[in-house]
Amino acid sequence: MTILVTIITLVTIGVIAAVILYLVAQKFKVYENPKIDEVEEALPGANCGGCGFPGCRGMAEALVKAEDLSTLFCPVGGNETMAEVAKILGKEIAAKEPMVAVVRCNGNFEKRKRTNQYDGAATCVMAASLYGGDTACEYGCLGLGDCVEACNFDAIYMDLTTGLPVVNQDNCTACGACVEACPRDIIELRKKGPKNRRIFVSCVNEDKGAVAMKACKVACIGCGKCEKVCAFGAITIENNLAYIDFEKCKLCRKCVAVCPTGAIHEINFPVKKAVAKPEEKQQIEKNKEEINKNSENK
Amino acid sequence: MLKTFSKGGVHPAANKLSADKAIEILPLPKTVTIPISQHIGAPAKVLVKKGDSVKVGQKIAESGGFVSANIHSSVSGTVSKIDNIVDASGYKKPCVIINVEGDEWDENIDKSKELKKDFDLSAEEIIKKISDAGIVGLGGATFPSHVKLSIPKGKKAEVLILNGVECEPYLTADHRLMLEKAEEILVGTKILMKALNVDKAFIGIENNKPDAINHFNKLVENYEGIKVVPLKVKYPQGGEKQLIKAVINREVPSGGLPIAVGAVVHNVGTAFAVYEAIQKNKPLFERVVTVTGKSVTKPANFLVRIGTSTAELINAAGGLPEDTGKIVSGGPMMGKAIVNTDVPITKGSSGVLLFKDKESKRQESQNCIRCGKCVSVCPMGLEPYLLMNLVENKMWDELEKNHVLDCIECGSCMFTCPSQRPLLDYIRLGKSTVNKIIRSRKK
Repeated sequence: MTILVTIITLVTIGVIAAVILYLVAQKFKVYENPKIDEVEEALPGANCGGCGFPGCRGMAEALVKAEDLSTLFCPVGGNETMAEVAKILGKEIAAKEPMVAVVRCNGNFEKRKRTNQYDGAATCVMAASLYGGDTACEYGCLGLGDCVEACNFDAIYMDLTTGLPVVNQDNCTACGACVEACPRDIIELRKKGPKNRRIFVSCVNEDKGAVAMKACKVACIGCGKCEKVCAFGAITIENNLAYIDFEKCKLCRKCVAVCPTGAIHEINFPVKKAVAKPEEKQQIEKNKEEINKNSENK
Repeated sequence: MLKTFSKGGVHPAANKLSADKAIEILPLPKTVTIPISQHIGAPAKVLVKKGDSVKVGQKIAESGGFVSANIHSSVSGTVSKIDNIVDASGYKKPCVIINVEGDEWDENIDKSKELKKDFDLSAEEIIKKISDAGIVGLGGATFPSHVKLSIPKGKKAEVLILNGVECEPYLTADHRLMLEKAEEILVGTKILMKALNVDKAFIGIENNKPDAINHFNKLVENYEGIKVVPLKVKYPQGGEKQLIKAVINREVPSGGLPIAVGAVVHNVGTAFAVYEAIQKNKPLFERVVTVTGKSVTKPANFLVRIGTSTAELINAAGGLPEDTGKIVSGGPMMGKAIVNTDVPITKGSSGVLLFKDKESKRQESQNCIRCGKCVSVCPMGLEPYLLMNLVENKMWDELEKNHVLDCIECGSCMFTCPSQRPLLDYIRLGKSTVNKIIRSRKK
């Protein structure tokens, strides 16, 4: 008898609790678009923040909510992922050209003489807050590896022989974490280019030519030769520094040949046949050696 | 029982090697490099151009806003160029470079040495003249003095405190100035009292300078309302907030200025500069700088024209010792290592310190052992270990909640840390980041 009472009581309590729970669940129900889960599934799940949202979930919510997908992009997943997302959401999306991080400083130990020693806390942002760096160039790489620390994809590492960071282009997802981490704004996201070929000015020194040259042998001195030789108007000089617009650049490599300091780098090009004068050729060869040494394809 | 501040504090070895060395006038250099940003606030605007000839005391750059200061030429000669030169901040800043030719002073400056006690100016006139003379806080913070003297509406200054503490080890510039120019400092104090409309002034001096205390005690009898307050030797006694707590036992609220408790603090060096500006019409273009270090052959206190290169001072003090590892501008606790000896002396340079190689090496940072020493020595009652942790993890909101902006950057935490953790470096980074966030929020 007692056992029966116990069972009935418990069952009753259980049923009442279930009813209450059901009603409460109905009342406080939060509707979430099931597509968010689907989209999140399609995203890489790296939670790197490269898209500008706090993790992939945030991105998924934004994607589902967005009318127009063209402003949103997952740099890690790239076009494939975005196409998949567009398919889930039933929307159209245009493919974007893949990007890659480039390090715009080539002042290795040889080219850029060290003028003093730093023994403070070993992060770039700290060193940058204290002084202009251990060389006479106060724009160049500090070499303490904040970018390496920031990278989630093992795509950037410190080359101990040059003291400069090197990007591994296969791993780089162009999430922009290193760009953000660098207190000197040396790292830039640029178009990966056809066959991974690209040209860029590997210097951010805004000092006048003589000062820049004294500080670093491979500095851009703002001489303007590249600007003149460029047939596509891709090169602009501002604050004694050349900048190549990757949207306009047709990769003709004329600027590389005329640069007197070898500050303009070409990446992944086959060896060019001799078109320049002998002395210029020598310079090009020298530059090439340099680039091969420090190229991002290590 | 001597007065002092209540929370924290450390006792670094005093090492006042140059305390008994009288102030020497440094011979004129061949060129001077005068940075146009020697103060907190907006940089000054250059008034001269290449080829202009200037006189000593001529204004060469004009204050670039309310919180800014005029810059005057410290030498006579020709402006050779205006260029970017690395200053004590470690970065290239615009500087006016002047080739020295003779020593021709502006005719308004009274070059006589006699003490001139009487002055007949209103508070506004005094502040105007101090502003014109480009006077900034000479204790090291270089905050423009006229801003400190212009009391905001609704507030009232009750007391002036003169900072003669010089709690930084090694430095003796203020000490010597107090011994040699005491009367001038007292007249300067009187002028400052008039400008602030207060009738009470205290001169806080640490007890390790008994000669200065005695000297002032004898002299203040002739100056109504000024009192000498001997203070216990403890770093950072010379911090503005610490000094107020020690002298008048009032605590400046978090985020507030000393005026919130009715106090205004000025350095003794500033008082001397004020005396010279008002009574002798002399703008601020020279200051006393201590050159010292354990290996320095002739530690000394020099009266230096602003813009003289550090190298000149080191040579005058017997040359650069071979075992020098670091050259620090300022004191050993708060000073900053400079990158080369061409760095010019500015209004804020109180000392040039040559550390031996061994002394200057930083020990490797170890893990925090949770000993709590940094917390117990922090004069602002902060938790340095926590702040450093938060900066490492980029938790800026938490940092703000933990009053990171109250840090006075005295370095006591780092000095005392048995694990040699770079606490202050991180906290400073946190401070600047939080400041940036607050500024962007206001926009």
